[in-house]
Amino acid sequence: MYSQGLIGADNKTEETQAFLDAFQKRIDAEEKIEPNDPMPLAYRNTLIRMIGQHAHSEIVGMLPEGNWITRAPTLRRKVALLAKVQDEGGHGLYLYSAAETLGVSREQMTEELLDGTAKYSSIFNYPTPTWADIGTIGWLVDGAAIMNQVPLCRCSYGPYARAMIRVCKEESFHQRQGYELVKTLCEGTAEQKAMAQDSLDRWWWPSLMMFGPSDTDSQHSDKSMQWKIKRFTNDELRQKFIDATVPQAELIGLTVPDKDLTWNPTKNRGKGGYDFGEINWDEFWRVVQGHGLMNKDRIAARKKAWDEGAWVREAAQAYAAKQQSSSVA
Amino acid sequence: MSTEPSMPLWEVFIRPRVGLHHKHVGSLHAADSTLALQAARDVYTRREEGDSIWVVASKNVHASDPGKAAENFDPAGDKIYRHPSFYDIPDDVGHM
Repeated sequence: MYSQGLIGADNKTEETQAFLDAFQKRIDAEEKIEPNDPMPLAYRNTLIRMIGQHAHSEIVGMLPEGNWITRAPTLRRKVALLAKVQDEGGHGLYLYSAAETLGVSREQMTEELLDGTAKYSSIFNYPTPTWADIGTIGWLVDGAAIMNQVPLCRCSYGPYARAMIRVCKEESFHQRQGYELVKTLCEGTAEQKAMAQDSLDRWWWPSLMMFGPSDTDSQHSDKSMQWKIKRFTNDELRQKFIDATVPQAELIGLTVPDKDLTWNPTKNRGKGGYDFGEINWDEFWRVVQGHGLMNKDRIAARKKAWDEGAWVREAAQAYAAKQQSSSVA
Repeated sequence: MSTEPSMPLWEVFIRPRVGLHHKHVGSLHAADSTLALQAARDVYTRREEGDSIWVVASKNVHASDPGKAAENFDPAGDKIYRHPSFYDIPDDVGHM
């Protein structure tokens, strides 16, 4: 989106107090910031990091589910899963182009994903050994993602906000098809129901970790809130997700694997909410740092796709160059 | 990897249906216009968002300077005589 001129350009801004104040004033007035507008370097870098991570998550997120396309039990489930995985690819592309408007190149982002400098959501470093996991991912992982993404539709950076509006529109079916799948298993044989419960047991806590570290430990939250990149803190979003999801589990007869989960009528300013158990932050940081079960596989798969696609990219560019020169001649 | 030449960037415009304008929806990378159109179809019209696509090489888009927005566009702000409601017409005339 008009980013060609920005890539590699020096985006230096003279960050005087007057400049920073004027910028904050625009933010406070709910004015969107657009690609060519002056912005503090830290605002630009925060967004590059955040949108880049988000884009990588969409792309890597295709892997755990793509794995099950050929083994979907019915044609109905197969078309749904295919469409979902294709959407995730599309979401990655909307987000990469939004990040590029900030002056980072696609090549650089790809490179940073493959060499491990850039992160993606840790949830995709968990394996999907059963078919129930496909349902649970749609229900919980996409559910948590929606919780995160809906407020991002009002993000102060225009291209990110617009990309999120498209993503959110499409994401709703992801969660519904997942919940439907899990519900169907719960209505099936005892074995199928046990498969659904086992899947919830494995995915519940990692889904809660998707909202990131607790507000007291988050490095990025304060500034992002002040700049209206984020509208809610990690803990606020996590609470909303738990409050929305626990009744959904109860409705289909599943048990949330948290013995400390109790309804607290005084939470959420008297509207009530769930108190919940301690999240295993050691596990969270271990997976973030690359020691989850699937970290190596995921990056290896992306690297293989990139390397084995090289000849296609080269051929397409060579053909385009040849067409160009023959039309000039 | 960094030795690979970067794939050109294209801006994508979609027309929701006949009779409306093409509207900018985003961008993508592709080697040429044919591939850009195919990619735009896959990326931006998975749910019948349009019936026509334009792709324009981003390097061919020239944008006005946001820093000059005030000098470019403010002068139109006080020209209220360009709008029909500026003129007094007797009510008896009816719709005009």
